[in-house]
Amino acid sequence: MTRYSALTVRQKQVVWAWGFLAVPVVFYVVIRFYPTAQAFVLAFMEWNLLGTRRWAGLDNFARLWADPVFWQVFRNTFVYLLLGTPASLVLAFAVAFHLDRVRFMHGAIRALYFLPFMTSAVAMAWVWRWFYQPVPIGLFNNALATLGIPQIRFLNSTTNALPAILAPAIWAGLGFQIIIFMAGLRAIPRSYYEAARIDGLSGWATLTRITIPLLKPTIVFLVVFSSIGFLRIFDQVFNMTTNDPGGPLNASKPMVLMIYQTAFSSFDMGYAAAQTVVLFLVLLAVSLAQLWLMRDRP
Amino acid sequence: MVSWKTSLLAAAAATAFGATGVRADVEIEYWQYFFEARVKAMDELIARFEAANPGITVKHTHFPYADYRTKVAAAIPAGEGPDVVQLFYGWLNDYVNADLIQPLPADRFAPDRIEADFYPMVQAMKIDGAYWALPTAVRSLALFYNKRLLEAAGIAAPAATLDELVEHAGRISVVDGAGNVSTVGLTTGMTAQDHHWLREVLIRQFGGAPYTEDYRTVTYDSDAGRAAVSWYVALEQEHGVTRAGFMDEPQAAFRAGRAGYHIDGSFRIGALQGERGLDWGVTELPAGPDGSRGNYASYWVNSITSKAEGERLEAAAKFMEYITSDEAMQLWLEVVGELPAKPAAAATSAEHPVYGPFIRGLAYGHATVFADESAQRQVFVDMVNRILLEGASVTDSLAAAAAAEQAVLDRYFGSAN
Repeated sequence: MTRYSALTVRQKQVVWAWGFLAVPVVFYVVIRFYPTAQAFVLAFMEWNLLGTRRWAGLDNFARLWADPVFWQVFRNTFVYLLLGTPASLVLAFAVAFHLDRVRFMHGAIRALYFLPFMTSAVAMAWVWRWFYQPVPIGLFNNALATLGIPQIRFLNSTTNALPAILAPAIWAGLGFQIIIFMAGLRAIPRSYYEAARIDGLSGWATLTRITIPLLKPTIVFLVVFSSIGFLRIFDQVFNMTTNDPGGPLNASKPMVLMIYQTAFSSFDMGYAAAQTVVLFLVLLAVSLAQLWLMRDRP
Repeated sequence: MVSWKTSLLAAAAATAFGATGVRADVEIEYWQYFFEARVKAMDELIARFEAANPGITVKHTHFPYADYRTKVAAAIPAGEGPDVVQLFYGWLNDYVNADLIQPLPADRFAPDRIEADFYPMVQAMKIDGAYWALPTAVRSLALFYNKRLLEAAGIAAPAATLDELVEHAGRISVVDGAGNVSTVGLTTGMTAQDHHWLREVLIRQFGGAPYTEDYRTVTYDSDAGRAAVSWYVALEQEHGVTRAGFMDEPQAAFRAGRAGYHIDGSFRIGALQGERGLDWGVTELPAGPDGSRGNYASYWVNSITSKAEGERLEAAAKFMEYITSDEAMQLWLEVVGELPAKPAAAATSAEHPVYGPFIRGLAYGHATVFADESAQRQVFVDMVNRILLEGASVTDSLAAAAAAEQAVLDRYFGSAN
């Protein structure tokens, strides 16, 4: 074996580089990739966590295909994505765009927008759950009742539960998106705007011709990032509907919650793993599609 | 000043001498989920057991309920887990099939003596002639009532029948001009205890049976089942004496003094006793149209795992014997508020104002043999939601529920055998 001192400087650099890289590599292999591979294997097995594992072939996937709850949950997951991502991005951009021009108390206002992002999702979900209660305890319904307006069933409704749960989730993520958007806005050279002003470009044209095109890398990042977030939504749903998780009648249940219930209350690990594989493929497909759609065309 | 190194050395020496000084011959490990009163009671039982059995120490480990089953399942096969473990009675088959627990030694736990001493529902713990697990305590349901609200509505005695319950609830509930409820006559919520009440009590009181004897076939899609469900949903839809989801959880509404009646388990007693300003009483679940009574009983059991062998098995058996003794049951009742698993164990009679209704309920209680309790509960939750939220008919919703629950049972019993 070659002694360390006999190595060239270049070889020493390689040894050190790999030495430092080994820590995250080992971490990822043991903590991330190994369990992921196990989940793929488990998807083709039947296992109740206690007994022996049995090969089940494609049974889990066949059962998933025939399970009406799965399709409902699949649809819900995409509703969270298709309502949540555009709504949060438009809101975040609007706030960031205007906040960028505000000088008065700029730091304090930015901090206020960022605050919900730092709050625990569980605490926030429980507070919102209380907001949504019917009278005599719910904040929103008490206000409605005082004004003489009929109560709204927020959580205990098959149509309103999902948007009601989505609202705090959007609000919670807003602070982060605003910060990223503002960083993107600051990165656009001032000279472009000066040139636009000299040429007499309108405010709208400046926005659509300069600001948004130059924000594209930021937008791509945020779309992918928040899409993955909404596809994996769990904390808010679980905590706002603990008594009937994802209810009523599965109206607000996302895929991650179905996986959780299958695995840790029904102890049907193989079936849960099959659902995980489907979620993985969905996340992969959505992310790749977004990157492809928003790629830089030459 | 003593340097930190000296103190460290002294501490290390103390630990080393301490460890050799009181070295136990056998250490066994006991696991349960975290519930403050249960942990307190078990710590006290362990202290008494260790005092009576020098040479045996018991290590008490507990964790949150949400992780409990997963951790137990992962630990025992790895040889890391407990020697004595607490399980929900409904999990027994899973643990026996997976070889995680062993039968209780017959010399200390003779089946005929168990059958003479314990409530009959404990016989569900007997497989192939041997007992595999035994409870310290059992729990049942009863009807809690708010004395002040009953008095204000001019009700002299709490409801003894279902008809009285509806009539009283109508007098108690308060609805404002806009139709908003501020006090309900009776709390309801399938997500709380109502699914047990409907499944094991109401369906039987209306002349049916929820399942076949072995609990593997659903039989409530019948006239009796439809009558029971119709009666239940009429409380909200027809009589307007309740609102599902009122104040988020039924027990919260009752604790806040905004509900006249509330059905809950004996495990709620402790929480209600600490509630200031709430003057409550408790009575047996109301009798059905034919005058019959019913109840749902459940229990947690302790069992010896397959990990315990030789000396440890002997120590574990001794410990099991102690925690299922009359003395342990009395302490459990005082600290946790759960009822003794032997009718003769505790100095509490069926006439006791608080425990009495629960103890009387045990005599006619049924313990459902669940395959997957949360999935089976969900079936009932969804059944009532389809009727209340989507306007489905009782007939259709009940038929759909029966089919869904049968599928859960088939999958479980089909694969477990």
